[in-house]
Amino acid sequence: MSEATNNEIRMPNPEKLIVSSSPHIHSKSQEIWKIMLWVILSLLPAAVAGVWFFGLPALEVILLCVIFSVMIEMAWCMIEGKPVFGTIKDLSAVVTGMLLAFNLSAGVPWWICLIGAFLAIGLGKQIFGGLGSNPFNPALVARVGLLIAFPKIMTTWVPTRQMIAEAPTYSDFISRADMVAIRAGKLDAVTCATPLGFAKNAVTPQLVGRTPLEAGMEKFYAVDGQDGLWNLFIGNVGGCLGETSALALLIGGILLISLKLIKWQVPLAFIGTVAVFTCIVNMVSPTTTPDALFHVLSGGLFLGAFFMATDMVTSPMTTKGAVIFGIGCGLITCLIRVWGGYPEGVSFSILIMNALVPLIDRFAKKIPFGYKALEKGEAI
Amino acid sequence: MEEVQKKKFTGGIHPKDNKELSSGSAIQNAPLFEKYHVILCQHIGAPPKLVVKTGDTVKKGQMIAEPGGFVSAPVHSPTSGTIGKIFDVPGPSGVNQEAVEIIADGQDEWGSGLDPIPDWQNTAPEVLKERIAKAGIVGMGGAAFPTHVKLSPPPAKKIDTLILNGAECEPYLTADHRLMLERPEAILEGASIMARVLGIKNVYIGIESNKPDAIAGLNAKSEPYKVNVVTLKVRYPQGGEKQLIYAVTGRKVPQGMLPMDAGCVVQNVGTAAAIYDAVTQGRPLVERVTTVTGEPVVNPGNWLVRIGTPIADVIRLAGGVSRTPGKVILGGPMMGFAQKSLEVPVMKNTSGILLLDQVDTVQFTSQPCIRCGKCIDNCPMDLLCGTISCFIENEKFDKAEELHVMDCLECGACAYDCPAHRPLVQHVRRAKAEIRARKAKQNPK
Amino acid sequence: MGTALIALVLLAVTGAALGVIIGLAGKFFAVKTDPRIEQVTEMLPGANCGGCGRAGCADFAKALCAGEAAPAACPASSPEAVEQIAAFLGISAGGGEKKVAVVLCGGDKTHAGQAAHYNGVSDCVSASLIGGGAKGCTFGCLGLASCVRACPFNAIELVNGLAIVHNEICTGCGNCVDKCPRKLIKLVPKTSEVHVYCSSPEKGPTKKKVCSAACIGCRKCAKNAEEGQVEMQGFLARVNYNNPPSAGLVEATGCPTGCLRTPEEHYRQETATQEVA
Repeated sequence: MSEATNNEIRMPNPEKLIVSSSPHIHSKSQEIWKIMLWVILSLLPAAVAGVWFFGLPALEVILLCVIFSVMIEMAWCMIEGKPVFGTIKDLSAVVTGMLLAFNLSAGVPWWICLIGAFLAIGLGKQIFGGLGSNPFNPALVARVGLLIAFPKIMTTWVPTRQMIAEAPTYSDFISRADMVAIRAGKLDAVTCATPLGFAKNAVTPQLVGRTPLEAGMEKFYAVDGQDGLWNLFIGNVGGCLGETSALALLIGGILLISLKLIKWQVPLAFIGTVAVFTCIVNMVSPTTTPDALFHVLSGGLFLGAFFMATDMVTSPMTTKGAVIFGIGCGLITCLIRVWGGYPEGVSFSILIMNALVPLIDRFAKKIPFGYKALEKGEAI
Repeated sequence: MEEVQKKKFTGGIHPKDNKELSSGSAIQNAPLFEKYHVILCQHIGAPPKLVVKTGDTVKKGQMIAEPGGFVSAPVHSPTSGTIGKIFDVPGPSGVNQEAVEIIADGQDEWGSGLDPIPDWQNTAPEVLKERIAKAGIVGMGGAAFPTHVKLSPPPAKKIDTLILNGAECEPYLTADHRLMLERPEAILEGASIMARVLGIKNVYIGIESNKPDAIAGLNAKSEPYKVNVVTLKVRYPQGGEKQLIYAVTGRKVPQGMLPMDAGCVVQNVGTAAAIYDAVTQGRPLVERVTTVTGEPVVNPGNWLVRIGTPIADVIRLAGGVSRTPGKVILGGPMMGFAQKSLEVPVMKNTSGILLLDQVDTVQFTSQPCIRCGKCIDNCPMDLLCGTISCFIENEKFDKAEELHVMDCLECGACAYDCPAHRPLVQHVRRAKAEIRARKAKQNPK
Repeated sequence: MGTALIALVLLAVTGAALGVIIGLAGKFFAVKTDPRIEQVTEMLPGANCGGCGRAGCADFAKALCAGEAAPAACPASSPEAVEQIAAFLGISAGGGEKKVAVVLCGGDKTHAGQAAHYNGVSDCVSASLIGGGAKGCTFGCLGLASCVRACPFNAIELVNGLAIVHNEICTGCGNCVDKCPRKLIKLVPKTSEVHVYCSSPEKGPTKKKVCSAACIGCRKCAKNAEEGQVEMQGFLARVNYNNPPSAGLVEATGCPTGCLRTPEEHYRQETATQEVA
């Protein structure tokens, strides 16, 4: 039947109508690929910071991780018999690839990116059934997997370009042998300590009535004419290529919060817990751990709090649950950083809390409308 | 008196309302058509019994079906003429329903047998209630619950507040808005009649703040009727019964209970105007204001149409469509029913006929939930929508029941924002049907 | 050496102590059960289909041993297996005809059109709640496979948008019957050879508009069959399963829409239309 016409009035064609359940309209802004695109955009400042500080190798690692992630996602879909481009369109593999790169040092070889992408997409996501079914943050699964499999590579950090340029200023972060290498122009093998690693293993030769940590922190804060905290804030320190610049991550995080794509309660609870906990420990026993501000700005805390712990799939669905989740992440991070064997605990803490999400979801239920009134017998 | 809302419900959404398509056009009287198909059961409750047969002549407003019980309502002829065939027509829910064909004689002569009660202020409430029942008035906002039943709370329930629902929070619809602009006295007087029936003093009209003209108009005239106009925040579903009571009185209707358990009776503004007509004019409910709107409609607007007009005729009144729509919906875009036939007649609760372009309609998929929690944030009933829908998908209906799926309003705020385009409301409907079926099986009455 | 000895002795003592505790617990807290229950459960198909009306095969075995049920109440067991259980328990097998399910609709995608496009959950109950589904016929098979998923024996196949029961696999457990929102599935004696594949009570012309395979109520089959074998329910012919006609009726009638068919012919025809489609 063609379009029904009656006195030149065009009428709807019943055969072309769609029947479906209400609601019949959809907020066009809420699409998975749009959400992922915003996440990618908000990751860009940190990516730019990473490239700025670590140079082109950082860009190479980011691109490799993204390309490998997308390729592995496609290959996996092909093996499973799903449409090959089906899940590429939602851009989640790109996000995972970027986050993975952010969790690697700029100096890693290409095959680390490949194995990491396989761990993230394959073991972290697709093996559980793809986006939405993975219990753990894929990028963190990859980071921890790599850390256990390749501890040497994963804990070897390169100094920033600025550090190399002014090498003598950062002599506490760069070993004597590397200083020699820098002077000789052999930059490939130069390594550097992360601030957290520095704090944990700070050993200084001149101990005059001070603990190693006190002496180390003093050096850190006054990197000959430079403000150590400022370096920490903008990211001019050793570490994973995407985690060092708290400033860039903060810009991206605020963008996500303002778009209501992540719950602000998670980063606030996470960072707040770390700050309060380390502040207390530092006050009670200053020799145990550095001060709160150092802890908040160093390591992967901002990356973890704004981009990893807030991953929708692996974090609790309710606001109450999000707060519990954030506090839990913060506590475990502090325990590992202060008393654990690793200098950094953000990845482990988020993975551990990921495992607890179903439990948190059960615990942090909302009370539906009218249930309290029913109990109180109110308004009857 | 003007007031602002007392409380704000959690959740809710702000869809683009698109009311400007039709809010500016005044209510027009639909012309008399040749045939009307009046569905017999237009309300929740017992189906009415047919009292006419093929070949009978009827007058406009004459009863053609009598109530089948207390929770039931009669149906009246929308015009004068003869009864044609008695047959099944597609109903708004997609299921065929028994209907009476009325062939108009062109005279459109009234003959309801109901006398006007101009002096209702001094008439016994019982008489007024009987009139409301006889006029076949049902909730015109959507649920179509017989109004006289709502106005007969059990003596144990203390009712102290009557709330008129003028929120019209559904996007696109403007029928109530135009009615409030054009017939404020009828609405206010209808409200006073209901207040007299209930024997109460507190009467409120809740209106969303996006209708400032209606608020001002009702405010200007509300003084003699002692009705308080409450301005509500624009937020879907502000017009949900429980959300409205919460906003206006600050009381929460306890779970699983009715508005009367919170001392309230909620009626649509259209129902109030219909009560005014029934009492002061002696006219039963045979016509109502319906919005015909949507981007594909040539002339969107509001029409006073007779109940039983096939929606094809109403769409024709609005000039038809300029392009093929993807959906024809009876009601609003959030809670209305998508139609597959244009033979469906206008019912007592048809607040609008909405035509949507295909690009504007939601495309549901069965992608997995990405646990973003948008649905939970949006839910006005504070339910764990996403979790519930995952349980239902796996046919774990008892788990869904534990998470209070039966309390869902089906307002659609969850599915509206779902980035995975999951058909959450359909899941809930399925769970409700399955749970009810199981309960009926367990204790057959 | 000394340490190893200590460990050895310690483990041996612990193991012995625990063993004694378990042994005592097993003796004192033993629950007396009928040993036959386990054996009968072994003999049952183990599909836990619930066709017997019990919570599963183990529950049914319990009822059998308690004498509360007859072995033939299990629809999924073969007659030999039923006999075997009866012999084992020394009780009578119990009577009862073997039943199979049949989906009484012939409105596949080729014959029965869609009135509109359906967009939503791929489940018949869900679809039936949304405007009664998109199918033109409001009584026909929605083809969203709710019964297929409900069948514990994989006896139902979706052919060209129409659910068809495979007689030889179906055990008659009845799990699918309640799943169909349109009540198209009936349990019929396994011996019945002919079915009217239509369930729409509407008038002939109305049906004809939405489905070319519908029963148009021409009464041809009722006239050709013996008295009481085919009953007319308004515009719908219905096989009387208490007195079923033989397969010869199909040929004798020559049903104009072909909705009177044998199950074998039904499956053959539908597979053919699927290939064409």
